[in-house]
Amino acid sequence: MYIYDQYDQNVIDQRVTQFRDQTQRYLAGDIGEEEYKILRLQNGVYVQIHAPMLRIAVPYGLLSAKQLRMLAHIARTYDKGYGHFTTRQNLQFNWPTLESVPDILAELATVQMHAIQTSGNCMRNITADHLAGVTADEIEDPRPYCEIIRQWSSLHPEFAYLPRKFKFAVSGAKHDRAATQIHDVGIQLVRNEKDEVGFKVLVGGGLGRTPILAQELKEFLPKKHLLSYLEAILRVYNMEGRRDNMYKARIKILVQSLGIEKFREMVNAEWHSILETAPVDLTLDEAEIERVKAFFNNKQYDANASHFNLQSEIKGNPSFARWVRHNTVMHKQAGYRAVFISLKAPNIAPGDITAEQMECVAELAERYSQSELRSTHDQNLLLADVEEANLLNVWQALDAQNLATANIGSLTDMICCPGLDFCSLANAQSISVAKQINERFQKIDYIYDLGELRLKLSGCMNACGHHHVGHIGLLGVDKKGEQWYQITLGGSAENDASIGQVIGRSVPIEQVADALEKILAVYVAQRYEGEIFLETYRRIGKQAFKDKLYANN
Amino acid sequence: MQIIKNRSIVEDNWQLLGADDPLQNGDIIVPFSRWQAEREQLLSHQGKLGVQISGGEDLKALAKDLQHFQLIALSFERFADGRCYSYARLLRERFSYTGELRAIGDVLHDQLAYMERCGIDSFVMRDDQNLAAALHAFGVFSDHYQTAADLAQPIQRQRHV
Repeated sequence: MYIYDQYDQNVIDQRVTQFRDQTQRYLAGDIGEEEYKILRLQNGVYVQIHAPMLRIAVPYGLLSAKQLRMLAHIARTYDKGYGHFTTRQNLQFNWPTLESVPDILAELATVQMHAIQTSGNCMRNITADHLAGVTADEIEDPRPYCEIIRQWSSLHPEFAYLPRKFKFAVSGAKHDRAATQIHDVGIQLVRNEKDEVGFKVLVGGGLGRTPILAQELKEFLPKKHLLSYLEAILRVYNMEGRRDNMYKARIKILVQSLGIEKFREMVNAEWHSILETAPVDLTLDEAEIERVKAFFNNKQYDANASHFNLQSEIKGNPSFARWVRHNTVMHKQAGYRAVFISLKAPNIAPGDITAEQMECVAELAERYSQSELRSTHDQNLLLADVEEANLLNVWQALDAQNLATANIGSLTDMICCPGLDFCSLANAQSISVAKQINERFQKIDYIYDLGELRLKLSGCMNACGHHHVGHIGLLGVDKKGEQWYQITLGGSAENDASIGQVIGRSVPIEQVADALEKILAVYVAQRYEGEIFLETYRRIGKQAFKDKLYANN
Repeated sequence: MQIIKNRSIVEDNWQLLGADDPLQNGDIIVPFSRWQAEREQLLSHQGKLGVQISGGEDLKALAKDLQHFQLIALSFERFADGRCYSYARLLRERFSYTGELRAIGDVLHDQLAYMERCGIDSFVMRDDQNLAAALHAFGVFSDHYQTAADLAQPIQRQRHV
């Protein structure tokens, strides 16, 4: 993984000094509430229902075991002993005091971590494919480019006060696991007809109140122009994006109102002016690309690992076999697997992890996965480089910590926002709905029979739980003080991205599992052999689901 | 009036005129719309001339007349409105403006460093701000990941010198 040099370390150390000073001046009454708010947000600090919340950046979801141990230490020392992984692959603490945040940031800086720009109207953490570097369908590892963008976007003096937040995702594989089509800017590594690798750039995707899929802005951008081109996009957005209405301030609204052609013309004009007139050249030098790449392609694999006979070890151990089947995926290197660590055990809030569990995972990473791990945008963790011979040990250790629920990609592997239990924006509880669903759907064979299913749950229309792009999406709404859930079907965030359709009027919060049961019954009755829920829905449309859901009402 | 200029607290005598204020002698700053409407009269003004522009106004139109202004005041109506950061960089880097570039309006301690990097060299701080304390806002960071109007070599290039 990327290791800071003295420059990187200075930047985050100096940022801690700066924020400590700002927080002291705020606590002394020298900075007003509104003014401090913008400063604290850009350092990851929200003020939620119960307490401040600190969102720590996990750039493109990559963590070292040492960093995870630090997070465990922070959870114990400054919080209530647990943390929460988000859909941006970041980690949130829900209970720190404001006064302690500079100390937390100083501790994080000792392990090359920070909370810079994890909130606020600025460029946020860059997300990536959680299988980057280990998947066979990859054109190139996206993470070096994520790191280069992370550096360019960190403390950018021109773009700290954008109209609204701004999110990048980068995918390097044919299968888009980074949801690039629902980002402000989605970047896909592609190979052109001259066999050069560059970037396809998408713009204007996003969820929230106005879900829109991104459109293609540039078919092929040579690598050396990455930063100049992004700077052009951001400058056009910074100057032209709406600032009169925060709900219409995202770049997607600008792109929609101008039309992609006009927007492209403006970006191109700005980009060419930058190339021609910028006094300091913005070219991304090959030497820097190579320097950063070297941090990611340095894994040592044992060529003999493929001699291990996993199938014989699986025989006679059905629980282990189930876990291997559902929670591990093939690695580009024969004899290795990428192992998902489910943070979706039935009895916990999706994405939550205790300090003890963090330490267990850190130890497993050290022993069996080159001392690294990843967070996924589905709010799970991943050990990317595990030899098949070690899977049994890993499974046993995870199982002992309630981290081996064999449900990856299934109904109960829900994406879920914190909802009304924590979030000051929420209209409805979401964690209790996740619990209700887990209590209803306990039969693992039924869940496996349902196959691949993306259930995504948001407690309000800001859509942190990505409900619009769930095969089944659940959206909490407030009706005269009562909590209801609206159901959407047919969404996807992958290559075949689509925005789900609202199936009909919402259901009371306590009836969500009932409604789900009816919807799934339609799927089971109507599916063709081998068809997943999304495919059946796309084939038969919503009427059959609607008829079943609202029958007898 | 005291302002911050080139990282020092200095006395300043520029007069900021509104749309309807009578023209006066001395160094004056007029709204861009007034420059467009009263160009001839302003060209014969005795004293230095500055122009004020806000985010959303037509920077390219202003850029055609830069030779007439000793000062350009970028008006931050709300400190969270970041348009003038882009204006500042464009004035310096694209339109090669070398006169004084001034931040006025909702100008606060914690925004000074980025403003300076974007090319702003004088700051009329909001009334409640402590100028002496605000001088500490500069120079917190020793190196930068990006270039800007300060022509800093970005870290990514410093590494390979």
